[in-house]
Parts: sequence; C-alpha cells; structure tokens
Amino acid sequence: MLSHLIPLASVFDDVPLGWFLTLSLLMFTLGGLGVMIRRNPVVVFMCIELMLNAVNLSFLSFAAYPSPVVGDPNQAAMSGQMMVIFVMAIAAAEVAVGLGIIMAIFRQKNEVDVDEMSTLRG
Amino acid sequence: MTLNQIAFLVMGAAALFGAVGVVFFRSPVRAALSLVINFFVLGLIYFMLGSQMLGISQIMVYAGAIMVLFLFVVMMLRDDGKTDKPQTQEGKFLVGLVASLAIAALTYVAVISPTMNYTGEKFNRIYGTPQSIGTVLFTQYVWPFEVISILLLVGIVGSIMLAKRKF
Repeated sequence: MLSHLIPLASVFDDVPLGWFLTLSLLMFTLGGLGVMIRRNPVVVFMCIELMLNAVNLSFLSFAAYPSPVVGDPNQAAMSGQMMVIFVMAIAAAEVAVGLGIIMAIFRQKNEVDVDEMSTLRG
Repeated sequence: MTLNQIAFLVMGAAALFGAVGVVFFRSPVRAALSLVINFFVLGLIYFMLGSQMLGISQIMVYAGAIMVLFLFVVMMLRDDGKTDKPQTQEGKFLVGLVASLAIAALTYVAVISPTMNYTGEKFNRIYGTPQSIGTVLFTQYVWPFEVISILLLVGIVGSIMLAKRKF
C-alpha cells in the first residue's frame, strides 16, 4: 500500500530502543508521582497529560523499531502511529471536559484542592 | 558516543527537566510552562523517530492548543502558588515516591533492560509522512476515526454544558 512513497533516510540507527523507552518510563513515573502528591487538580491533570505522552512516546518507539517477528514493518509502524493519533484526540476531549468540571467545582466551592474534594465520600 | 546519541541525550535531558518541573514547581503557571517545554521537545523526539506528521501534531495540539487551555484555567482560578497550602496528609510524598520507584524498577527490569542494546532491523522508513498517515487513517482505520470524531463532538457539547450551567 505504501510502496509508492519515497523512503526517508534513517537518522537514528545507532540509538538503542531502550533509551527511548527509558525516557518514556521516567516521564510516566514522574507523572504518576505528580498525580499522587500534588493537590491542585489542574496540576494533577497536567501530570495525567504527561503520562499519556509517555505512553505515546513508547508507542512511537516500538513503531520505529520493529521486532523481527512482526510481518510488514511499515504496517506495524502505521498501527503504532494510529494509536498515537487516537490517544491525542481522546486526551484533547478529556482535557476539555475535565477542566470544565474543575471550573464548575471552583465556582461552587471557591477553592480547588483534591484533598478537600470529599463530597462524594460515603 | 555518536552524534545521534548525543542529540538524543540533550533532548531527553530537556524533556526530563520539563517533567520534573511539572511535578515539583509549586506555582501552577510554572508547572504549565515546564509542560510546554516537555511537549515541544517530545515533538522533536518524534521527528527523530521518523514520525514527522505526529511531531508536528504534537507541537500544534499539545504545546499549542491544550496548553493554552491549561493556562487559561490556571489564570481563571487565580491560584498563583502563593496560596498553596502545605501538605496536610503526612506520608503522601513518601508513599507516592515508593510506589513510583516500584513501578519504574519493575518495568525497567521486565520490559526495558532486554532492549537496551537493540538498534532495530533496517527497513525503509516511509511511515511518518502525512501521505502515509492519511492513506492508512482513511482506509484501514476509518471506523475508529469516525468514532473518535463522535467522541470529540460529545466532549465539545459536554464542556459547553458544564460552562453554561448554573450550579
């Protein structure tokens, strides 16, 4: 399907896959730490975005370094990139709705603090 | 240490600086600006991985649109860090740190350590252009694409509802 396209020179052949995955892991871990320790819900949202981007980075790394067991490497790379596009779209929708909810809570209570948001506690 | 590896290390250090800033800056505005740094450098790393189209999308969608939304909300909340109260739940930081380190160690040992020397099979990297993305997105993935567009429409309507409604 893609064979009519012009091949691009590969520019990163000497960087191991593990480096990209390590960066992705560190970003995911920092995002998770931020979700657990921060109290401002907007910053918690930013940390969730950080985790989503870490996952995107690992998708694209695995897409760019095909394993020998997959069939067509270009097809495998396309699947990884499609996942990244869908994650981006869902993240955008999630941010719009989540920030709307935070604004609604702020208008009602005049403060934002995830430790104080316990109205739904049984 | 080749030139590509040095380039990756520089970009990775910048991305990590941004990520650390998001978590540890007290002021939400500084956290948001660190996140802009992180997203921008991540877009450059996508270029390095051969995904030009997604690198441009990353810079436009994340570093542009989503971060503007975040900054708007941060400024509407008037929370500029000076009102940030000290931590009330003792031990939360410690628990978070231990949990994160456990996740990191497990994932590193189980998934990442076997790939530390893997530089990949050689193949023609033609997957990152807008043309190839569009070809696959509108043929093979057209049904998920339509579902995503409905999800975005629902998100738009829902956030307008949340913004207009009087509680």
